[in-house]
Amino acid sequence: MLNTLTIHEILGKLERHECRSEEVVRSVLDAIRREDPRLHGYLTVDEADALARAREADAARDKGGKGKLLGIPLAVKDVLNVKGQPCTCGSKILKGYVAPYDATAIARLRAEGAVFLGRTNMDEFAMGSSTENSAYGITRNPWKSDCVPGGSSGGSAAVVAADEAIAALGSDTGGSVRQPASFCGCVGLKPTYGWISRYGLTAYASSLDQIGPLTKDVRDAALLLQIMAGLDPSDSSTVPVPVPDYSAALKPDLKGMVLGLPREYFVGGLHPDVERRVEEAIAVCRKLGAETVEVSLPHTRDAIATYYIIAPAEASANLSRFDGVRYGFRAAGAEDPIDLYKKTRAEGFGPEVKRRIILGTYVLSSGYYDAFYLRAQKVRTLIRRDFESAFQKCNAILSPVAPTPAYRIGEKSADPMQMYLGDIFTVPVNLAGICGMSVPCGFSSDNLPIGLQVVGPALGEEAILRVGFAYEQATDWRRHRPRGES
Amino acid sequence: MSAYRVTIGLEVHVQLKTKSKMFCSCSTDFGAPPNTHVCPVCLGYPGSLPVMNREAIRLTVTSGLMLGCRINPFSKFDRKNYFYPDMPKNYQISQYDKPLCLGGGVDIEVDGKPRRIGITRIHQEEDVAKNLHYASWSGIDYNRAGVPLMEIVSEPDMETPGEAFAYLLALRQILVYAGVSDCNLEEGNMRCDVNISIRPEGQKELGTKAEIKNMNTFKGVFAALEYEIARQTGVVRDGGKIIQETRRWDADLGQTFSMRTKEDAHDYRYFPEPDLMPVALPESLLAQWKATLPELPAQRRERFVREYGIPEYDAKVLAAEKAVGDYYETAAKLSSNPKAVSNWVMTDVLRTLTGKAIPITEFSIPPEALAELVGLAESKAVNSNTARDVFAIMLADGGRAKDIVAARGLAQVSDSAAIEKIVDQAIAENAKSAEDYRKGKAAALKFLVGQVMRLSKGKANPAMVGEMMERKLSN
Amino acid sequence: MADDKTQSAKTMDVRYVANLARLNLTDGEVEQFQSQLDNIVGHFNQLRALDVDGVEPMAHATLIQNVFREDQVRPGLNRDEVLKNAPEHSTDLIMVPTIVE
Repeated sequence: MLNTLTIHEILGKLERHECRSEEVVRSVLDAIRREDPRLHGYLTVDEADALARAREADAARDKGGKGKLLGIPLAVKDVLNVKGQPCTCGSKILKGYVAPYDATAIARLRAEGAVFLGRTNMDEFAMGSSTENSAYGITRNPWKSDCVPGGSSGGSAAVVAADEAIAALGSDTGGSVRQPASFCGCVGLKPTYGWISRYGLTAYASSLDQIGPLTKDVRDAALLLQIMAGLDPSDSSTVPVPVPDYSAALKPDLKGMVLGLPREYFVGGLHPDVERRVEEAIAVCRKLGAETVEVSLPHTRDAIATYYIIAPAEASANLSRFDGVRYGFRAAGAEDPIDLYKKTRAEGFGPEVKRRIILGTYVLSSGYYDAFYLRAQKVRTLIRRDFESAFQKCNAILSPVAPTPAYRIGEKSADPMQMYLGDIFTVPVNLAGICGMSVPCGFSSDNLPIGLQVVGPALGEEAILRVGFAYEQATDWRRHRPRGES
Repeated sequence: MSAYRVTIGLEVHVQLKTKSKMFCSCSTDFGAPPNTHVCPVCLGYPGSLPVMNREAIRLTVTSGLMLGCRINPFSKFDRKNYFYPDMPKNYQISQYDKPLCLGGGVDIEVDGKPRRIGITRIHQEEDVAKNLHYASWSGIDYNRAGVPLMEIVSEPDMETPGEAFAYLLALRQILVYAGVSDCNLEEGNMRCDVNISIRPEGQKELGTKAEIKNMNTFKGVFAALEYEIARQTGVVRDGGKIIQETRRWDADLGQTFSMRTKEDAHDYRYFPEPDLMPVALPESLLAQWKATLPELPAQRRERFVREYGIPEYDAKVLAAEKAVGDYYETAAKLSSNPKAVSNWVMTDVLRTLTGKAIPITEFSIPPEALAELVGLAESKAVNSNTARDVFAIMLADGGRAKDIVAARGLAQVSDSAAIEKIVDQAIAENAKSAEDYRKGKAAALKFLVGQVMRLSKGKANPAMVGEMMERKLSN
Repeated sequence: MADDKTQSAKTMDVRYVANLARLNLTDGEVEQFQSQLDNIVGHFNQLRALDVDGVEPMAHATLIQNVFREDQVRPGLNRDEVLKNAPEHSTDLIMVPTIVE
């Protein structure tokens, strides 16, 4: 079935005239109709628009059109502005908002002929690791429907894993692409900070956010990265470096590569299946010709505190604009504008968002700034230095993505701190501004997916794509499919 | 007189003369229909990001250089967090601890006393939207949101309303000379926050200050300061304490009023703006900008004296307003008598401008035409009275001096024979006056010269008439 | 920014901070958030043990400087699009309840 194929497989079929884009979209829409009532990965799907665009793409291809994604349907996390589409960010406060512009990443994909088929569920304003914080209901893990898909890009990961999408876009601030990819058994890539433009990505934490692809295999991730990456005049934080040819990084072996294993990551506290699968993956990498070496990331234990100071601080300012004035939801019965803000934000934001706004406001406030925010920014430098030292000794670092496989819905929602602790392996990558990718590396005894994280230095996507690709091709995890309830 | 010393500091916000806004490419044109110069960035839409306008930075640095500041080798932006309806993001992108310019000052003179008022810093920020008030609702126009603003913070060096007024005038003059802003107060190009405190004579520690925000006339600043000094002195004399607060000036009532105290004093929670990269201007670029700095008013005054040989007083008047100086210079360059041009500009031109209440940019006689008229007067082609008549005709009907003189036959008569004829005629027609003069009544000469001018329809060369008349009457 | 309140104030004044952020909270929310946030902030205290003397704060992930754009006007949004997104608007302004100055 067409919906189960990868982007590159479909492109091949399209080029050989073995199928039409319209058929691909129909196949995906059928899958959505079958699976999404149960999984709820999508918030909105515009069937008519998707089919119309698919037909346009077919017509263009008939005339010799050459877009690198011509007619390929993509699912988009509901945090990215796509002109004419809603963009709720999983929140009530943006209900009714219609994006009047395309994010740069979207525009680049659109220019290559991509079709934006639907908008996926997420933790509200990307704050969360389980998609349980959405104002529009939870998303279920396709492998086990009483488990979370991860978050905050849980919707995107779930629909890719369930073949309700060919590929999807997510955003990653502390692991929100990699961790759901790990929990759902697909590939999730967080590029180097500043590599993909953030223009049009609703901001959560400005110095940590990145858009990332969620795909069925590494080759697809490389393709989407290739198209989206590079300097954008609309985003001052983008890096003025030419984008290399990532397809050239996809080699079948790891000869000559040195892979670092952080001593602090393997000292217990890991779910035994996670430990086992990751060790096995490391062994496969050695077999492929890589050398492994122990590295040390001494400030690992400080990463969670650092992240949960910096991200909420930036978020508290980024979310100030949601006040009921210019777009989205506006509370009724306000007597003056300040009253309007307080009521709108009280009614429009969910509890986790409120908690993080309060936390962020607190750490920036007078008398607390030095002890918290300023100190955290300094520790961030120490964390970055840890990685810089480590990368003197290796080309890429291997680690688990999360300490456990996907947990049960509701299991961690009582105590926010418990959920935060699950981010231990992903947040350091965002703090250091470097790149990381989750690649499926097996299953737990419960048949829940487990991901291997490959971390690279800044602008080191070639290294992590190479490791991910070679490992993936030497295994067949990507051929496994969720079978619904088990 | 007062047992209290006054301390005044001014924070002046200046809108910079760029084509586009500070962080987006929307137009800064004043007076457009509401909400037509807007985009996702200046509206604070989700996902929008700021990008710095290079020209705005250049204008701020230019201002700093012209005001004697040092340019910070490393400058950065910060978010200033507060909620208000004119704030699209509910934070303003501003500069906190590393502004673009530091130090500097403005020279003023009040009652003949020269003083230098220090400048603490100049930083870059973005303007807010405009709130409009109606009976049961308020409306917001975002055209102004995001316009580049430069904030110039003075040292608390001023001690009288007169000094504050002089500082504002001098500052405005330099900024107009710098070409960074039109400083048009009616259009809101320049607004001022006033900080004022008093303390007993002899006390070192400054008193509690009151702040009056968003003043948009210099006269208002003067009046508000006078009022505040009196108010604060009264409070303190009665044993009360000055509250640190924001007050607003009511021009109609001539009083300041306490504004509703906002619930929390200003915890702006400044932190570095993550979306903007720091500004570390390379020496080569600064040198380039320094080399093309516009002239300062003081430099122009000095140059006018040197290049055009006019007295200091003239230079001061002509250089006071840049546009007037520009006008003068264009005319002077075309004239062989820059002093005469100076006289004409200082009297006839400026008087006309005042009478018509127009700026020199709306003056209908171009400087080239004035230069031509002055040339005719200096070469005695017309006499001075005729020249003034021609000026009036040029004002009313337009046209060039030479054409008007030719068309109306206004050329001065300097032919001795012709003049002699009319002199004789005047003496003949006014024998009694001639007799009076011979008897010693000096005023009679003036009368007789006047008669010659009348008979010649004003065209006779008055100097020649006077000289000839005197000769003839003395014989 | 200089003084350190963390020694004197042991728990967060949740209502005060929520007010800074213009967020109304119910009593129930204040109670729930108080314990959750105090717990999280307690976790932050482990950072105090670190020696950060002389370490530069990392405000940006990249070392880029001087990113500018040219002073050119480009078309923005159509007023109709802008008003369409506004919850309340007049023919040309976005409306809010009366602002009291």
